[in-house]
Amino acid sequence: MDKNVKLPGTPYSSDDFKKGKIPYVEDVPKARYTWSAGIAMSRFLEELKNGRIVARKCHECGRVYVPPRMFCSYCFRPTDEWVYVKDTGRVNTAVVSYIGADRGKLGEPLVVAVIELDGASEGMGILHKLGNVDPEDVKNRKVFNMRVRAVWKKPEEREGAITDILYFEPIE
Amino acid sequence: MRMNIHFKNRVACIGAGLTLFRRRLFETPRELAWEAAKQALENAGMELKDIDCVVFGSAPDAFDGIHMQGEYMVDGAGGYKKPFTRVYVGGGTGVFSVIAGWWHVASGLCDKVLVVAEEKMSPALPHPQYVFHHIFDPITDKPLGVNLIWIFALEMHRYMYKYNIKKEDIALVSVKNKRNALDHPAAQLGAKITVEDVLNSEVLVWPVQRLDISPVSDGAGALILTSEEYAKQYTDTPVWIDGVGWNLDTTYWTNRDLAFPKYLYYAGKMAYRMAGIHNPRKEIDVAEVYDPFDYKELHHMEGLQLARKGEAPILTREGVTERDGDLPINPSGGLLGVGNPIAAAGIMKVAEIFWQLRKEAGKRQVAKDPTTGLAQAWGDLMQIGTVVIMRV
Repeated sequence: MDKNVKLPGTPYSSDDFKKGKIPYVEDVPKARYTWSAGIAMSRFLEELKNGRIVARKCHECGRVYVPPRMFCSYCFRPTDEWVYVKDTGRVNTAVVSYIGADRGKLGEPLVVAVIELDGASEGMGILHKLGNVDPEDVKNRKVFNMRVRAVWKKPEEREGAITDILYFEPIE
Repeated sequence: MRMNIHFKNRVACIGAGLTLFRRRLFETPRELAWEAAKQALENAGMELKDIDCVVFGSAPDAFDGIHMQGEYMVDGAGGYKKPFTRVYVGGGTGVFSVIAGWWHVASGLCDKVLVVAEEKMSPALPHPQYVFHHIFDPITDKPLGVNLIWIFALEMHRYMYKYNIKKEDIALVSVKNKRNALDHPAAQLGAKITVEDVLNSEVLVWPVQRLDISPVSDGAGALILTSEEYAKQYTDTPVWIDGVGWNLDTTYWTNRDLAFPKYLYYAGKMAYRMAGIHNPRKEIDVAEVYDPFDYKELHHMEGLQLARKGEAPILTREGVTERDGDLPINPSGGLLGVGNPIAAAGIMKVAEIFWQLRKEAGKRQVAKDPTTGLAQAWGDLMQIGTVVIMRV
């Protein structure tokens, strides 16, 4: 198909839309959800309240899963054992976010990372924020393989959520 | 994997249609699908009554807010009172809908299939990116305020770190694809830009900047697939689909190797085996690899064995992937240039290979004489590779 073929479609701008030049209808769905956490993640969330990170181990392949799951994705059999992994680890990859979930600008840039926890199988990372890390050290890639530890909320403020860990920070 | 590579029917592509790709199109999803389907039928010399069954693809329902997309689209996609299937694998959907069309014909179940893909991302407010927030795990990821671009930035940065790749080299992909798109009739963002423009564009999530990313788009595309017997009745220039492959990695994306797309390596291997391709780098003449981000073109070239690990940026810098190069990649302009109406973008890629192999790409025609081409898409939570290999 050559460049000069005229294709169907009628473009319009967001301005046309705001000025009412485009007939439209609008609706805001008020959907709410409650997600039961399930067998593996309920225990994981409970343990976060205790300041501990719990994983599941498969005895067949030896993998230690974080976040935990009751079945082994590789062996497709039940995992066998609850094991604790440390709240320390190293940074697999990290970035500096200037935007939030809704694409709006953040006031302060946020550093987020995939962190491989000590005691979990190699490559078994989790997503979390990094604190006390200079964005420049992300850009110059010093952050890769950096040793980090979890900074927890005070015990009485924990609620059994991934955010019971405030962020991970460098181990001096 | 053991695999049956002996099928009842060899499958041909004999027609293609597209709408414009734009940030906002006034037409409804049904109207867009109809326009693309009508054009593909006309291109093949067919009418809807000649079609046995219809395959439709579109990405998350949440974009256009109609949570029954397949059924809603049946009339516009030409599926009314026919065997009609909607397939969905996120961004991989466009190429996957072609794979689903292929198995309808290859199995002998149908002879003539209409494949349609449509996407309207524009209805979602305040920005379609927020819809992506809801694809993440509600327990481990969403409470952290995750934005879709985080995971791409994390992957891009790991890839850059592992192979010591510079942003300048990655930006060359965006420069090439936007320039290629100047010659595409559907293109939303064809432009002459420089590496400096990319590096000076707004930083969204370092290392991802605004010009590293494909746009939000509306659009539709359609293809006609038939068995060999019917292909020869309708055209002297069928393009054969000689290999298909797809593969999914884990949804626990933080547990994956982010520097190398294994899902695509396996999907490619499946398609190459079916097509009898032993050395992809030598045997593939032209490829449309999935490029919603510039680094993804490079990442995917390596997953498809079109470059060695870490080598794709070097090939790009040397001009190998330009239209007049030895291995033209995304001569259409890709998602970065033509636009990214998710499922429709995958169809656009297959259509480009169809036109390239028929030498109907006009100004976009690659310099070499291509006989084997590849189109690929990627999606779900960065975890699926979908591949088709086409020949004349």
